Amino acid sequence: MKRRKFDAKQMPAKIGNELDDRFKLASPVRGLLTKVFPDHWSFLLGEIALFSFIVLLLTGTFLALFFEPSMVHVVYDGSYTPLRGIGMSKAYESTLHISFDVRGGLVIRQMHHWAALLFVASILVHMGRVFFSGAFRKPREANWVIGFILFILAFFEGLMGYSIPDDGLSGTGLRIVHGITESIPLIGSWAAHALFGGEYPGEVIVTRFYILHVLLIPGIMLALIAVHVGLVFAQKHSQWPGPGRTEHNVVGYRMFPNYVSKQGGFFMLVFAVIALMGGLFQINPIWLFGPYEASVVSSGSQPDFYVMFLDGLVRLFPSWELSGFGFTLPAVFWPAVVGMGVAFTVPLLYPFIERRFTKDKAHHNLLERPRDNPTRTAVGAMVTSIWLITTITGANDIVADKFNISLNAMTWGGRIGIVVIPVITFFITRRICLGLQQHDREVLAHGIETGIMRRDANGRFYEVHQPLTSEVDEHGHPKVLEYNGWTVPKKMNRVGALLPAVKGFFKPVELPSETPRREVEGDDRSREEIEAGRR
Amino acid sequence: MSAAHHDSSAAEPVDVTDGKLTKFDIVKEGLRRDGIEILHYEPAFPVPGTKAEKRIERFIALCFTVAGLGALGFVAVFAFWPWEYEFAELGTAESWSKWYTPMLGLTLGLALAGLGIGILTWSKKLLPVEELVQERHDGGSAQEDRIITGATLSNVVDETGIKRRPLLKRALLFGAAPLGLAAIAPLGTLITPPGDDLVTTGFSPAKNHGEPVRLMLKDGTLVRPDMVSVGGQITVFPAIPGGATNEYADSPTLLIHLRQEDADKARANAYDMYKGAMWGNYIAYSKICTHIGCPASLYEQQTNRLLCPCHQSQFLITDNAKPVFGPATRHLPQLPLAVNEDGVFYAVSDFLVPIGPAFWERG
Ligand code: HEM
Ligand code: FES
Repeated sequence: MKRRKFDAKQMPAKIGNELDDRFKLASPVRGLLTKVFPDHWSFLLGEIALFSFIVLLLTGTFLALFFEPSMVHVVYDGSYTPLRGIGMSKAYESTLHISFDVRGGLVIRQMHHWAALLFVASILVHMGRVFFSGAFRKPREANWVIGFILFILAFFEGLMGYSIPDDGLSGTGLRIVHGITESIPLIGSWAAHALFGGEYPGEVIVTRFYILHVLLIPGIMLALIAVHVGLVFAQKHSQWPGPGRTEHNVVGYRMFPNYVSKQGGFFMLVFAVIALMGGLFQINPIWLFGPYEASVVSSGSQPDFYVMFLDGLVRLFPSWELSGFGFTLPAVFWPAVVGMGVAFTVPLLYPFIERRFTKDKAHHNLLERPRDNPTRTAVGAMVTSIWLITTITGANDIVADKFNISLNAMTWGGRIGIVVIPVITFFITRRICLGLQQHDREVLAHGIETGIMRRDANGRFYEVHQPLTSEVDEHGHPKVLEYNGWTVPKKMNRVGALLPAVKGFFKPVELPSETPRREVEGDDRSREEIEAGRR
Repeated sequence: MSAAHHDSSAAEPVDVTDGKLTKFDIVKEGLRRDGIEILHYEPAFPVPGTKAEKRIERFIALCFTVAGLGALGFVAVFAFWPWEYEFAELGTAESWSKWYTPMLGLTLGLALAGLGIGILTWSKKLLPVEELVQERHDGGSAQEDRIITGATLSNVVDETGIKRRPLLKRALLFGAAPLGLAAIAPLGTLITPPGDDLVTTGFSPAKNHGEPVRLMLKDGTLVRPDMVSVGGQITVFPAIPGGATNEYADSPTLLIHLRQEDADKARANAYDMYKGAMWGNYIAYSKICTHIGCPASLYEQQTNRLLCPCHQSQFLITDNAKPVFGPATRHLPQLPLAVNEDGVFYAVSDFLVPIGPAFWERG
């Protein structure tokens, strides 16, 4: 009997058939390959968070091979001469060891820290895009809640990561964590005692934070991220309004090869940026801070940027301590515990709060341009202004020092600012939104300002407007187009008079067609599409 | 838009086993069956082999080559570049090892960026330009489905009979709830009574076999008055084993030698409990900020203020170290001082009020 010749060409088909026999894959795989994704640069922000999380897992695993989360006292004897002979905890010593005595350890450590900063930063910006575009509305409230829980987890994950090397700065942070815990009414001192395993700083806090930092929190985050991205997948990504886009469809390109190749390439780019930063820019040089000593603190010791809002809030809050009946309610309780509590719960519930006001029960798959919902946009801007003020205040000693302002003036400026600026921001933002809406309507009615001046028969000057439609009404004037949530072109080069000014990444929004494009005959989608975005 | 647009979705199903169909015909039929419509589809380069296409191909090839070289460079640097850390004072000879970390970042960054840009260019420039539209099909299940599933669910509950059997319901509750308690009970081990930890420091005679505790420097040297010049200040610790370590994180204390006029002011202002707590012109305050516990360590001689770098509380040294600015609410506790027959400072007693941040039962 002759053996059958091995046919390499037939191999993929053969494997495919064998797999399908067992797992019945053909149809789901096809669904995956051809799933349609809408495209917009702002949808990449969540991906940056996802990619930096992956880098965090990779670099963190490497660090865990060498880090020793122990507060046992040792005397340093490594390569970094200035600290030789100095007593310190094993945790700090092993961090020095990673930085100086592990081949490639420093670059991985720095990549880990930069990735953490990028992670939180991209979460914040991603959250902003979801908020300002109204992507959290029904049916996506659950993903907003999951996303916000991820943000809270990322906050604490970062805080704990910052604490475990047990250097001078992280010790100061721990001291503050202890003080804040202690300030809780009734149970404060017991809670702090339980957390730190005895009197501050005790001998277990690094070990405890370590297991939370490397196992518990990342584990929960991994699971939640899977659900988060899974929901985006299952509910299908929302899309910006535009030609042919309705509440009931997704316009974009297929998952394979378009979407996946772009994601893959983009992941490599994010990874590259983290690698470059990790190699070229020093971050958290713990050897300069020394081991943690309860009696030492340097001025200008700042936490990572995402914790600064809390620090700023604590700095601004006046010294209002309540006491009576033999009990004390410490001043820090308000900004730190109540403040953090509000900051972490009100946004979590925002989709439901907004719905109480709007009574809007409809499904929304088309995003809203920020200007089209002035109140929400103004609320968002207001919260952003509070965040900015408190974050800057978190570094007000540095600002005061750099710009030669008195520190007391900075603090008072912040105290007044945090009351006044958010209110002003709210009203100004609302006005700007309304103004932009108005301008959109004008352009739709009269056309684009061309900048070309003409003189009419009476000698008066007027500017030529380029109408956006060739259809005319009964008087022969260009028809007034209805606003439907799409970007309205404001410059001639947006309607093809010139090439787009910036090509590439910030791809100009698609050229508007003259009238909303007719869909398949006999389908009522074209009507809905005109209504989309109208309030 | 493109020609594909008007393949109306009502078209007859195509027989995909028909050998005459091209591969793309089958793909299109698949899309149609899945409710996906092609709005626009065109190859990036309708005429293959143009100069422009070749140029893009070469660019992508270059990117991938850079990626490969970068990765090889990374491995080479990792293995062969001198990496052992040599400490060099600023301005002294440069060492190669100083560039180890930057070189690793650079080569790895180059490798990843090359790969990333190559893939992105391929995706944006060589893949067909396409726009498709897919139905969403969201908005919940059909009403009938809901009714059936609802009935099935509630039938499951009925089948257990839990509604008809209140005894079982209560028994189950009794059985399960304590189990929940049992699950979290082990965490109770974490809870230990704070005892007097928050109100005593290393200066308590109880930590020194009932003897008053002397003051020492970080290196263990006992503190004598002549070690602090007029207007100067030093950080002191309880002279007990481990007194200067983090085990006594609540004990660091600032010993200040006040100028004559400041000392007079401080004595005049002293609260009743602190009358006589100074020794000569020397005064000692807890270094642990009463706000949330940073060491308040910046001493401004001109204004006699002690500044906490964490949230900028300021304490007035000449007036019981009471807070004069910032979020702190209470004065820094004072350590009653004296000098023994050997000329060494000691604490007459522990701090008279709890040091550090406030807490509920502090009173
Ligand atoms: C660990 C952090 C997070 C990761 C890894 C992550 C990842 C992602 C990804 C990859 C997407 C799809 C692409 C996009 O729309 O950007 C997405 C969508 C979404 N995210 Fe997040 N996200 C995180 C945190 C958050 C936070 C903090 C929020 C808001 C509180 C949030 C709310 C949403 C919502 C509502 C969507 C659906 C958007 C839509 O369909 O338009 N996410 N997320
Ligand atoms: S800890 Fe000193 S001001 Fe906050």
